[in-house]
Amino acid sequence: MESHEQQFLILNEPMIVGAMISIVVGALSILLGLTYFKKWGYLWREWITTVDHKKIGVMYILVALVMLFRGGVDALLMRGQTAMPENGLLDAQHYNEIFTTHGVIMILFMAMPFIIGLINVVTPLQIGARDVAFPRLNSVSFWLFAAGAGLFNISFIIGGSPDAGWSAYFPLASLEFSPTVGNNYYSLSLQIAGLGTLMTGINFVVTILKMRAPGMTLMKMPMFTWSVLITNVIIVFAFPVLTVALALMTMDRQFGTKFFAMQDGGMDMLWANLFWVWGHPEVYIVILPAFGIFSEIISTFARKNLYGYKSMVVSMVAISLLSFVVWAHHFYTMGHGVMVNSIFSITTMAIAVPTGVKIFNWLLTLHKGKISFTTPMLYSLAFIPIFTIGGVTGVMLAMASADYQYHNTMFLVAHFHYVLIPGTVFAVIAGFHFWFPKVFGFRLNEKLGKLAFWFITISFNVAFFPLFILGLNGMTRRMYTYSESTGYGPLNMLSFIGAVGLGIGFIILVYNLYWSIRYSPRDETGDPWDARSLEWATHSPVPVYNFARVPKIKELDAFWFAKKNNQPLSDGPYEPIHMPSNSGMPFLMSGAFFAAGFCAVFSWWIPAIVFTIAIFVFMALRSFEQDHGYYISVEEIERTERELGGDKE
Amino acid sequence: MKIDESLPLEYSTEENRLKILGFWIFLGAEIALFSTLFAVYFALENRFGTGPSAQEIFHMPPVMIETILLLTSSFTIGLGIHAMRLGLKKAMMTFFVITLVLGLGFLGVEIYEFVTYVNEGATIQTSAFLSSLMTLLGTHGLHVTFGLFWGTSILLQVRKRGLTPQTANKSFIFSLYWHFLDVVWIFIFSFVYLKGLMVL
Repeated sequence: MESHEQQFLILNEPMIVGAMISIVVGALSILLGLTYFKKWGYLWREWITTVDHKKIGVMYILVALVMLFRGGVDALLMRGQTAMPENGLLDAQHYNEIFTTHGVIMILFMAMPFIIGLINVVTPLQIGARDVAFPRLNSVSFWLFAAGAGLFNISFIIGGSPDAGWSAYFPLASLEFSPTVGNNYYSLSLQIAGLGTLMTGINFVVTILKMRAPGMTLMKMPMFTWSVLITNVIIVFAFPVLTVALALMTMDRQFGTKFFAMQDGGMDMLWANLFWVWGHPEVYIVILPAFGIFSEIISTFARKNLYGYKSMVVSMVAISLLSFVVWAHHFYTMGHGVMVNSIFSITTMAIAVPTGVKIFNWLLTLHKGKISFTTPMLYSLAFIPIFTIGGVTGVMLAMASADYQYHNTMFLVAHFHYVLIPGTVFAVIAGFHFWFPKVFGFRLNEKLGKLAFWFITISFNVAFFPLFILGLNGMTRRMYTYSESTGYGPLNMLSFIGAVGLGIGFIILVYNLYWSIRYSPRDETGDPWDARSLEWATHSPVPVYNFARVPKIKELDAFWFAKKNNQPLSDGPYEPIHMPSNSGMPFLMSGAFFAAGFCAVFSWWIPAIVFTIAIFVFMALRSFEQDHGYYISVEEIERTERELGGDKE
Repeated sequence: MKIDESLPLEYSTEENRLKILGFWIFLGAEIALFSTLFAVYFALENRFGTGPSAQEIFHMPPVMIETILLLTSSFTIGLGIHAMRLGLKKAMMTFFVITLVLGLGFLGVEIYEFVTYVNEGATIQTSAFLSSLMTLLGTHGLHVTFGLFWGTSILLQVRKRGLTPQTANKSFIFSLYWHFLDVVWIFIFSFVYLKGLMVL
């Protein structure tokens, strides 16, 4: 414990040193590879400076996959440590750090960017737009997220990881009880990534409100687009609360303010309130787009229009409003009295109603449908029953008086994994398989996809169902070890086996990616699933301008009816298309953010201020820059369309 | 780029309209940000520990000066946008300069106020009440400071490029920002200073 406090490089843990060496070797080999194959220019021109929503989406998903690996290794270490009583794989401090980084990474650097990546790729295509409202800002969002993720991830080799849980409750997260720089990393890296998320929120609200194809009224939008709109409204109103909470944490830890202090009038519970006023809407930020993805996939592969479209929209709006008034259910036992607990119990249970409506809508969409069991559909079908278990145990936890029995036990851990894994993780994997051919022009292999699905689904239940029982038997969460006499051993071992199975499932998934890139046949149609919404109306891979002509919409699922009735979605001659120009500035600016954040973590204020000034210099340069974008000429559109196999619409 | 002549210059292109809506939504996020800071302040305003209370440190004269300066600047920037719509570049620039000078005056008095507090032994580290007060005021003050730089850079662009759809758009958005800071100040004035000085 002592040895963790003052180190700059963490050199006393063989596992961390091993990770450090492999990171250095990995980074060096990537740099060498880029130089050897002369790919620096390509990387800079096509990816780092891009403002194309599709490429930005792909980069988000790429980072999310890397983070899934990092968070997954953390998870395996945790389950490995607890697999047997009095196991010595990790010490208490290391275990604390690992459950903290696992939580932060999985929620903020895996689930969020995976979802935002899919949002980026799909939303502009679904509404028939050429890009998002603010393409340059979109690039800033991505690079700020990447800077935040990078800053958070270097903590475990430079200075030490945060160790106060992903919710970082005070006073545990205060300087007194978490004296390493770990929680400085937490507050500053989330701050930087959070700014990017807020900008994404604004960007997509404007995009969806203002840039829909002619004729697409709000109630003719695909369900995924609806979920994105609602999610981004939640982002706009929830993320500023996180901004404030993190700023106050930084000030308490590094400037000696007394917000959450134990003396001088400070109030430690204030942190829990602020954190969850953001944190609960955050749960819906990662789950509502998942609902949207499942809606698209279920309706596509049931070959039916979505049942109860309007009630779907109404229930999502209801969920989004309720999400802001349930935060105190995360800490019933902190003692805020019967009245408060009762009110929050009722609002929390109320969320089950709109969620239940959605479950029935999906079931009724499946009813009498011609179901094809593709990989994305399998995930969607598995989602319904597993998520329902998560939902029902959620209602159990919502009852304040009952919650005293299993608060902060493994029962809770099982509950939220039963919600977030079938909800968010299954959704992003399903969406990944579903939209992959749109972006890359070929499908992932179905056989491998299904194999991974069965591994993941079965192992998930093996890994997490035992935790319900362990929780009811009294095993608390965040315990790094336990004695044999507790009897927790066998079920924990079972859970560990499930975790290993989950790991194997993800390896198959990644292998599928590799296999399909090499061998999968190319899709010429642009619509390999015979799907319903506008993104399938253009070529795969999608040309930079998305649609050669802007489609005209008359009804919901316009593309589906255009196919059935053999009517084109648009006509007339091509016109020159106005496009935004690339810029390296967002990347450089996020570099300044990263550097400023890193210096601030160690309280090196002078360099931190210099880099902060650099951030503002970049903003000023942007303000004075005159950039009117460029036009794609009609000849170029004709040539591109010819090369991609002719006019699509 | 299509310019719609029937609309004011700042709304005349598609891009301009997107930017104005985007900025309104950003202001929505700013409202959430300041609301959180107010909530923190209200939770902590009576928790001053061994430090001074609100009644002991608040002085009305500098606060009144700040209020008058900032409210007037909100009026002058409105006149600036009015002049912009009439196409009067010079008048518009003059009103913007007056606005920024008033803003600078506000900031000067606020800094004086902070220095006074610190000299009286009321620092940001003294108590939870003072932490929350100074964070709320400081966040607003930093917004004003940022606005001064931002407004100056827009003024330079208007001087160089004249009133184009781009510069008009930027000026208009800046005016929204400035009015917003004024609204926040009205809440600070009423619910921090006046409430703090009330004898119950």
